[in-house]
Amino acid sequence: MAYEAVIGLECHIQLRTRSKMFCSCPAEFGAEPNTNVCPVCLGLPGALPVTNGAAIEAALRLGLALGCSVRSISVFARKNYFYPDMPKNYQITQYDQPLCEGGALEVTLNGASKHFALTRVHVEEDTGKSFHPERHGDRKVSRVDFNRAGVPLLELVTQPVFRAPAECAAFLLALRRLVRWLGISDGDMEKGHLRCDANVSVRPAGTTELGTKSEIKNLNSIRGVERGITAELARQERVLGEGGRIEQATLLYDADHDRLAVMRSKEHAHDYRYFPEPDLPMLEVDADWLAGARDSLPVLPWEREREFTALGLPWYDAGVLSEQPELAEYALAVMKLAEPKLASNWLMTDVLRVLKERDWTPARWREQVPAARLGDFLARVAGQSLPGPLAKQVFAWMADEPGEVPELLQRHGVRVQSSSEELEPLVREVLDQNPGPVAQYRAGKTATLGFLVGQVMKKSGGQAVPQVVQTLLKRELDSRAAGP
Amino acid sequence: MTIRREEVERIAELARLEIPESGMERMAAELSAVLDFVGALNRLDLTGRSPTSFAPVGAPLRADEPNGRRLDVEDALAMAPESEAGCFLVPPVVENLNP
Amino acid sequence: MSAGWAKLSARALAAAVRSEAVEAEAAVESGWEGPAAVWEEKVHAIVHSDRQARAAGALAAPEGPLRGVPVVVKDNLCTVDYPTTCCSKILAGYHPPYDATVVRRLRAAGGVVTAKGNMDEFAMGSSTEFSCYGPTRNPFDLDRVPGGSSGGPAAAVAYGLAPLGLGSDTGGSVRQPAAFCGVFGLKPTYGRLSRYGLVAFGSSLDQVGIFARHAGDVALTYAALAGPDPYDATTRLDPAPDVKGWDRGVEGLTFGWPANLWAEGVEADVIEGLERAAEWLERAGARRASFEFLPGEYSVATYYLVATAEASSNLARFDGVRYGFRHPDSPDVRALYTRTRSEGFGPEVQRRILLGTYALSAGYYDAYYLTAQKARALIRDEYRTAFGRCDFMLMPAAPTLAFRLGEKLADPLAMYLSDIFTIGANLAGIPGLSVPVGRSAAGLPRAVQVLGPEDAEPLLLRAGRVLEVQGELGRLAASHETEFAWPTKR
Repeated sequence: MAYEAVIGLECHIQLRTRSKMFCSCPAEFGAEPNTNVCPVCLGLPGALPVTNGAAIEAALRLGLALGCSVRSISVFARKNYFYPDMPKNYQITQYDQPLCEGGALEVTLNGASKHFALTRVHVEEDTGKSFHPERHGDRKVSRVDFNRAGVPLLELVTQPVFRAPAECAAFLLALRRLVRWLGISDGDMEKGHLRCDANVSVRPAGTTELGTKSEIKNLNSIRGVERGITAELARQERVLGEGGRIEQATLLYDADHDRLAVMRSKEHAHDYRYFPEPDLPMLEVDADWLAGARDSLPVLPWEREREFTALGLPWYDAGVLSEQPELAEYALAVMKLAEPKLASNWLMTDVLRVLKERDWTPARWREQVPAARLGDFLARVAGQSLPGPLAKQVFAWMADEPGEVPELLQRHGVRVQSSSEELEPLVREVLDQNPGPVAQYRAGKTATLGFLVGQVMKKSGGQAVPQVVQTLLKRELDSRAAGP
Repeated sequence: MTIRREEVERIAELARLEIPESGMERMAAELSAVLDFVGALNRLDLTGRSPTSFAPVGAPLRADEPNGRRLDVEDALAMAPESEAGCFLVPPVVENLNP
Repeated sequence: MSAGWAKLSARALAAAVRSEAVEAEAAVESGWEGPAAVWEEKVHAIVHSDRQARAAGALAAPEGPLRGVPVVVKDNLCTVDYPTTCCSKILAGYHPPYDATVVRRLRAAGGVVTAKGNMDEFAMGSSTEFSCYGPTRNPFDLDRVPGGSSGGPAAAVAYGLAPLGLGSDTGGSVRQPAAFCGVFGLKPTYGRLSRYGLVAFGSSLDQVGIFARHAGDVALTYAALAGPDPYDATTRLDPAPDVKGWDRGVEGLTFGWPANLWAEGVEADVIEGLERAAEWLERAGARRASFEFLPGEYSVATYYLVATAEASSNLARFDGVRYGFRHPDSPDVRALYTRTRSEGFGPEVQRRILLGTYALSAGYYDAYYLTAQKARALIRDEYRTAFGRCDFMLMPAAPTLAFRLGEKLADPLAMYLSDIFTIGANLAGIPGLSVPVGRSAAGLPRAVQVLGPEDAEPLLLRAGRVLEVQGELGRLAASHETEFAWPTKR
């Protein structure tokens, strides 16, 4: 029998605020254990929570970007359960009246745009961390650090809309891009800024009833999400194929061994005893606040993608250029001055390579090479006045030095005429006149190339660009080798 | 409303309390008596009532600024029954993941 | 040197310190000398105090309206200079690293915390018998309870250890012991006194309350403590009402008289005190408005669901991980929780945690917790309607005078019903003031309670002051010196 997968995701997004959700301790990552704690986030007797406005603002930005409906009055609730990294043994979260409901995330998948519907986005506090039991004298102990306790989280819950693990992975990539785009989270799964649980079930293809689901926890990378869900789908199909029944269970994904372990079955399901948090007022988001948050939203990544595809770019290029808001904005500015596909190629390969190598932000790059400067450069490339090899060299100079293209050429003593047309005869001449070194080069003594470059430079009266000469020499050597 | 001892056991487990066998019957009886009394609420007409909250709506939110009341790690651990190297120590956590 | 400074009113004592008639340290220490020290041995109102901390507190007291005034603070309010244990084994030896907001404000006004007062464990009780340190006794009759849960501060203020006490009132825990001990006890409007640093019992019901022997002292303390707190999101945002007019009388005011509430189940002595208070108020120019009011049983039922539900969650943090008692023998963390909590909490606390857990648990939430919250909305509306007919209501503070030790220990429900007149104010979030009105034939304090709409503290203090002046209390206050001189009765 053919089965269809039904998958829903629960994502936790750690917000990049300065202070915690309900107290003013720093929300930074990586401090010494128990140094960012206070009576509130340690759950000391008598301490009370006070809501961080910036966390609510961040939730509003995400909710509005996703097209959720925002409640003017939402309610915090306590989720009661005992765990050593929970200072109060309850978590302040939202339950039946969350801040944001509905909405969808638009994801481009294999060139097609898809909307994955959401149930809700709500605000809550993170837990501390407890570490695996270790030997301590003659017994075992676990260590607990409360630095992370109380750091603001958003919980985003999707409807069971995914039909394949790859869709889940694409969704998470798009979500990560969005939270970074909005500046509300670093979105790094490895650091736990973005965490994901999956509800997985299968049903006979073509039917509509939902099968019994299992919940997979600890999916802490995009790859883990894909592999964990794939493994669970296979298991469920196997059980059903053998005539068995799926038991509702919570599974833990072990990325190191790529396997699932049963954490608890339904009999041990929790009874969280949610009730409205009496220590906090109901959260009011009035029309002014909502309007302000809406007005401050940037153009969103999928809107940028559409702008790029409208310029005739392939969806792949549109996606790459829409990874970061500043990059997209810059790319669009450049594309006003240069042919879009040419610009896209240079941006995706050369500009992004520099950003990566130098760990630069797009903004830093833009300072060095404003859109007009790159546009002018690309126009010259398109007009054949900068041949390929020279263009690469000029681009490298642009990344390091000020000045427009003619100025750069002059500074480096390159005449614009030092083009392939001019140099190629010199190259052929040098190769013809130096059969010895050519043979040595062919024999694998590549250092000989430097000698040949020098010969061409001499013939050009020092006006040629060594990198260009080198490229031309290689090309000519190759074509001669391949020749008859 | 009579509360059965299995119910007492269930809620005691939720609350992380252990009722000694000898006290179980009495606890069940006492809770049942209170629940009987509480049944008086069923005589009130509560149709259309919505549950109230007392905290004021629209209280100002906190500005996102780290400040003042942070504890030194020594003070944070000072009252702990057991601690070491900046961490609270507890007997091993058997349940393998925070739900 | 002469003992007895602590027997003055807070205002008189502060004036004496201000005029340098007495130094702050001597004023503070006077409560611990002479008869008071002997009374304390018999009454056991205090669970933590020491001379060094008192001296340091007196030395550090800044200029302010309460400079040099000793204050007994209930053991569920966090103080950096004394342990804060809620009189529970589970918090044995716990020293908070911070002061509760009301304690900060008290100190900022010059007040000196001289001791932590006894209480029912985690404020759960009405007799101060459920304390891990043993019970407090009523100074008027040592065989009787002082009321609870704030029995320690109430008794200490009554016998003269300090002019002022701070307690907490979740269902009457300030007003009922005030009534049993013959002192004033104010539960302010919900949100007027910060709860930051008050160890929570029922968060939506808890309010810090004030004990004093004089209405004017309550007003003075309220003015020093009340107001918004950025660390408590449930405090009201506007400034607290001005109580300077506490001595303005009740001429032209109307008081509600819901006599159906004491038609049965209320001791004759209590009703007698109530009628006398009504006459005094009328004599002072107030008018009586009789009407029926929702019977208190509904409030008690509502309260025991809401308060226990919140408590079951609030007390989850006592688990032996970060502070307090830890059971020494626990193979894993789950055993640590269960053993620590089962041994650390007393039976009444465990009973209430179980009840609250039940009320919130799957399948019962709607029937219990949600129903109770709806009933609460109805009760609140009942009070609103009543205050459309009167400026404040007069009713008993408790159905009985102080009862005997052990009398209600075996029957939780009977104990719960001793809060029948006080619980409504907590459910409705309104202020209530317990006012002494003389003594019974057997010599036990009698009291009434006045309740007002939100922010009616000034009105309640005016009524309380009228009763203080008009009634026997005027004479009592004058005779306080002899009443609580060297104890000879027992």
